[in-house]
Amino acid sequence: MKPLITLEHVTKVYPTGRGNVTAVNDVSLHIREGEIFGIIGYSGAGKSSLIRLLNGLEKPTSGQVLVAGKDIGKISGKELRQARQEIGMIFQHFNLLWSRTVRENIAFPLEIAGVPKKERLKRADELIQLVGLQGRENAYPSQLSGGQKQRVGIARALANNPKVLLCDEATSALDPQTTDSILELLVDINKRLGLTIVLITHEMHVIRKICDRVAVMENGKVVEEGEVLHVFQRPQQMITKRFVQQITEPEETKETIAHLLDQYPTGKVVQFAFAGSVTERPLIAELIRNFDVKINILQGKISQTHQGSYGVLFVHIDGSHEEVAKAIDYVRQQQVVVEVMTHESLIS
Amino acid sequence: MSHLFPNVQWETMWAATSETLYMTGVAVAVTFVLGLILGLLLFLTSKGNVWENKLANAVISAFVNIFRSIPFIILIILLIPFTKAIVGTILGANAALPALIIGAAPFYARMVEIALREIDKGVIEAAKAMGATTTTIIWKVLVPESLPALVSGITVTAIALVGYTAMAGVVGAGGLGNLAYLEGFQRNHNDVTLVATVLILVIVFIIQFIGDFVTSKIDKR
Repeated sequence: MKPLITLEHVTKVYPTGRGNVTAVNDVSLHIREGEIFGIIGYSGAGKSSLIRLLNGLEKPTSGQVLVAGKDIGKISGKELRQARQEIGMIFQHFNLLWSRTVRENIAFPLEIAGVPKKERLKRADELIQLVGLQGRENAYPSQLSGGQKQRVGIARALANNPKVLLCDEATSALDPQTTDSILELLVDINKRLGLTIVLITHEMHVIRKICDRVAVMENGKVVEEGEVLHVFQRPQQMITKRFVQQITEPEETKETIAHLLDQYPTGKVVQFAFAGSVTERPLIAELIRNFDVKINILQGKISQTHQGSYGVLFVHIDGSHEEVAKAIDYVRQQQVVVEVMTHESLIS
Repeated sequence: MSHLFPNVQWETMWAATSETLYMTGVAVAVTFVLGLILGLLLFLTSKGNVWENKLANAVISAFVNIFRSIPFIILIILLIPFTKAIVGTILGANAALPALIIGAAPFYARMVEIALREIDKGVIEAAKAMGATTTTIIWKVLVPESLPALVSGITVTAIALVGYTAMAGVVGAGGLGNLAYLEGFQRNHNDVTLVATVLILVIVFIIQFIGDFVTSKIDKR
């Protein structure tokens, strides 16, 4: 599929009193039509600047930003304003106009686009249905909960039938339950309207739940990129591993494993990472049957991603050196990523 | 009535009251428009905004600060040649208007600027992301989102203007201040001063009441 959004060697430098700050450093990305693309990074990684380059709120210092065939970095004035009407955006703090009701907020982008009043109200009511805010049309933002405000934000962003929806930390100000309902709404919109969604977040949970592909940002660079399931199973960079651990390992896991390493001087503590259909195979039973090893299950967790399930299992394998090595080799052949835990690997 | 206030000529008193109301009303209306324009310019040319321009901002800011700092009674005197040139006289209610407006508009402009600064930057960013023009942002975001502060600001300014009209009255502009000074003070008719004072208080209270009422009606936060 041809990319809807293309970034080629994009760099964004902010001049400050004490020299230049490079927020985005030589980033190239290709985002396909209809996919949900996540960009994850800690604060200050440059993801806010990156998403603002996509609708021209920021201009690249060098490189090219193409969205739906338009060179966003180069165009300005009327052309840029028209291009922006095809790119919806939602925000962490919703950014609704408190002086307008729900319906008037949703109709605002239509006013900007010059849609006649009758049509505006009709379209606003359709969108209110779409995001499930029936009955709240005449409420003011101050009368809504955080989740409802974000629903207004989403409806407003969709008003002009955009090709792309940009989500700037859209769920970071919401509680976990509300976050899930907003994420479900985004997936629903993505499926129903075929809308391409680009989101930035610092929560791996968001990536796991809804993204097809993910890019990991650190210090202005994209350090890792790929299918979500693949990145979960085979994280390459230290930072990616840390993000994946947000999901797969509860806080106390490291301590537990360190304790087990001390407790079992023989044998090995290993981590199996599965993805897709392998998660459903009786792997442990096969190991016990085929090799002369004892297996003690320490901890396990299966998470659902947008593309399928992903599991992590910590086991202690005991037996002779050769048998343990053979057993681990066998597991490796089953498309399971194996990591032998040591005290060193826990430090990361 | 005539026993209590032997020196008060009610017809003159009403005429003075309506002069005060006229001066205040016209000055408030023009101050609102001018102050809004100046305040918007101050805000829009400041750092990080759409018309960011250090020089323009410095010039407008200096103009506002100078006219805000001159004591009003001195401003009236300084503006005598200017008033004469545009109104043709330095006596009467109309002659007070240039000084009233030039004294009050910069004061209000600062309040407008403060009100605009209070608007969440994210809301302006959201409007930009929707493809709004600067004109749309001004009229559909900046003004409505700061309206309660703009209204309470013009209320404070209107009350200050009532005080200014009284001062202007002393140098011949008419109105209750003029009456209190000429009839009350110079001819030693304290009852006239008292009645003029009470009427000014009533005007101030009414303005404050209207201002508070409107502010609470339009504030949906």
